[in-house]
Amino acid sequence: MANKIAVIGDKNSVLIFKVLGVDVFDAGTYFETSNLLKKIANDYEIIFITDDIAKEIQSTIEKYTERAYPAIIPIPSSKGSTGFGLNQLSMYVEKAVGIDILNINK
Amino acid sequence: MARLNVNPTRMELRSLKDRLATAKRGHKLLKDKADEMVRQFMLLIRDNEKLRREVEASIEKGLQSFLIASAINGPKIIEEAVSMPTSKLEVECLTQNIMSVEVPKINITESLEKDILPYSFISVSSDLDQAILSMNSLLPKLIKLAEIEKTCNMLSKEIERNRRRVNALEYVLIPELEETIKYITMKLDERERANVITLMKVKEIIDKEEANS
Repeated sequence: MANKIAVIGDKNSVLIFKVLGVDVFDAGTYFETSNLLKKIANDYEIIFITDDIAKEIQSTIEKYTERAYPAIIPIPSSKGSTGFGLNQLSMYVEKAVGIDILNINK
Repeated sequence: MARLNVNPTRMELRSLKDRLATAKRGHKLLKDKADEMVRQFMLLIRDNEKLRREVEASIEKGLQSFLIASAINGPKIIEEAVSMPTSKLEVECLTQNIMSVEVPKINITESLEKDILPYSFISVSSDLDQAILSMNSLLPKLIKLAEIEKTCNMLSKEIERNRRRVNALEYVLIPELEETIKYITMKLDERERANVITLMKVKEIIDKEEANS
């Protein structure tokens, strides 16, 4: 399989990725997106998800943290960043060190 | 601290001492592992934060010009323009071992093409060119971000798990073993003393009887 990168998101945000040679999936409802992710998780190595959707299907995303692939990464949508990605980062730091020493939300 | 439910025998004592030695060594190793993992994690997470801020800002900018383009030309034309991509991104997905955690390592094998605009310039506005070019130059960074962020995610999980193991050893298993070993030693000593006293008593009785006869 040649293509290893996919993008999930609303149409306005992800259409542009199509030109870059990345496979694009349109996100629907919560249930559809979650199923979609499960379906394509084994076919792609890197999956970018717009952060508003990533927030909703977080429980599904967390199932894939044990393996190295797929890497599921939140990116901002056309409505702008919700800060979800950075919040995730500060969560990792808190988990690893005990306190959020990066002061990301400042 | 509760002690283990074992018989106070010499055999148990020896096996417990062995276990204690193993637990202590394991504890030290795991603690070293935790230290090293946190160090690696701190190196990565700072890069990760910087990269993410950069990428988020650029993506937002790119998407904005894309939205402007689709507002000017109408979504239908834009969709038509982008639906036949010329560039194909090839990446090589490997894994890397950081402190026995398998983390992703992604290399871009095929360099990005120069001419990536797959449409005629007559039908769409230059905002689209701009958006696509900026997104295209962003893509390597985006892939790097994916690699680092996944690594940080996996490391943080592993650090937490490792810490739980260290704590279980330090605050449960090792004290428990020490307590049990102490209990058995004391029990054995007690038995020995009891034995000595019995012998002394017996000797006394025998001596007395010999003196009487």
